[in-house]
Amino acid sequence: MISIIIIILGIIMIAAAFYAIHSKSLLSAIISAGVISLLASVVYLLLAAPDVAMTEAAIGSGLTTIIFIFTLRKIKKGGLDD
Amino acid sequence: MINRIFILLALLGLILMFLPFLKDFDFHDQLGDLSSQYVEGSINDLNSQNVVTSVVVTYRGLDTLGEVTVLFLATAGIGFLLRTKKRSKKSRKSSELLQTASQFLLVLIILTGIYIFLHGHLTPGGGFQGGVLIATAFLLLILADANVEFNHKVLHLVESFSGTFYVLIGFLGLLLLGMNSFLDPTIIPLGSFGKLLSAGAIPVIYSLVGLKVGSELTTILDKMGGE
Repeated sequence: MISIIIIILGIIMIAAAFYAIHSKSLLSAIISAGVISLLASVVYLLLAAPDVAMTEAAIGSGLTTIIFIFTLRKIKKGGLDD
Repeated sequence: MINRIFILLALLGLILMFLPFLKDFDFHDQLGDLSSQYVEGSINDLNSQNVVTSVVVTYRGLDTLGEVTVLFLATAGIGFLLRTKKRSKKSRKSSELLQTASQFLLVLIILTGIYIFLHGHLTPGGGFQGGVLIATAFLLLILADANVEFNHKVLHLVESFSGTFYVLIGFLGLLLLGMNSFLDPTIIPLGSFGKLLSAGAIPVIYSLVGLKVGSELTTILDKMGGE
């Protein structure tokens, strides 16, 4: 049962990865990369690794996504010296 | 077109590289020699309930020190590259809902982070996870008000003191217990199994790591998030 859930999550993760590569909007790409991390943390939890799951959920889907969004906003504004 | 063929060839090469590992892969029903050493040592010698924590902090303590150093260097680099930060006074305000909620949630999230790194030797999680959680609390403040000012003196003091004490505890092991005991947690009495005051210096080290990671990531977010 657990392996079926993990396989489904893996398929969704691969689909999200392809979406992140092929999406025209950078914001959607960043968010789908965050979704990959969130699903990866669920997979770690199902594989009985709660320590790694916590790290992945907090860093991978939380902080990294936000830092990418901050950077995207800075790039769109035309650099640091505005 | 030719690019795609090269990409496909590179992927095929990668698959061929990793195929031998797949052939040797099998599930283990019982722990190997090294793993059972770690599990028994963690329970009997270190009085630590969470085996992952005792591996991260004690058996692979030097690696953790290296990770903390890498994070410190990354923070220093970001601080160097993004030091020219101008705050525009007239940035747009975020919604009142977010502002009120951030005031309310800040303390709760910080408390959860402190709980996670204090109980690193009892429950899943530890210094890194707790530190990141504390940094997300400050991230909420930045999201609510982009002009929020952090006290950089306090942040830098917390960061450098926790890093210094982490290394000092490591050297204390060398001093008190002799060679081969850098970062040995048995310099502090081990306490009783499963209690908050157990596992020797592991909760102290993990609290220091938590404070260090939290202050470093808050500094990074502050540098990145300024309008």
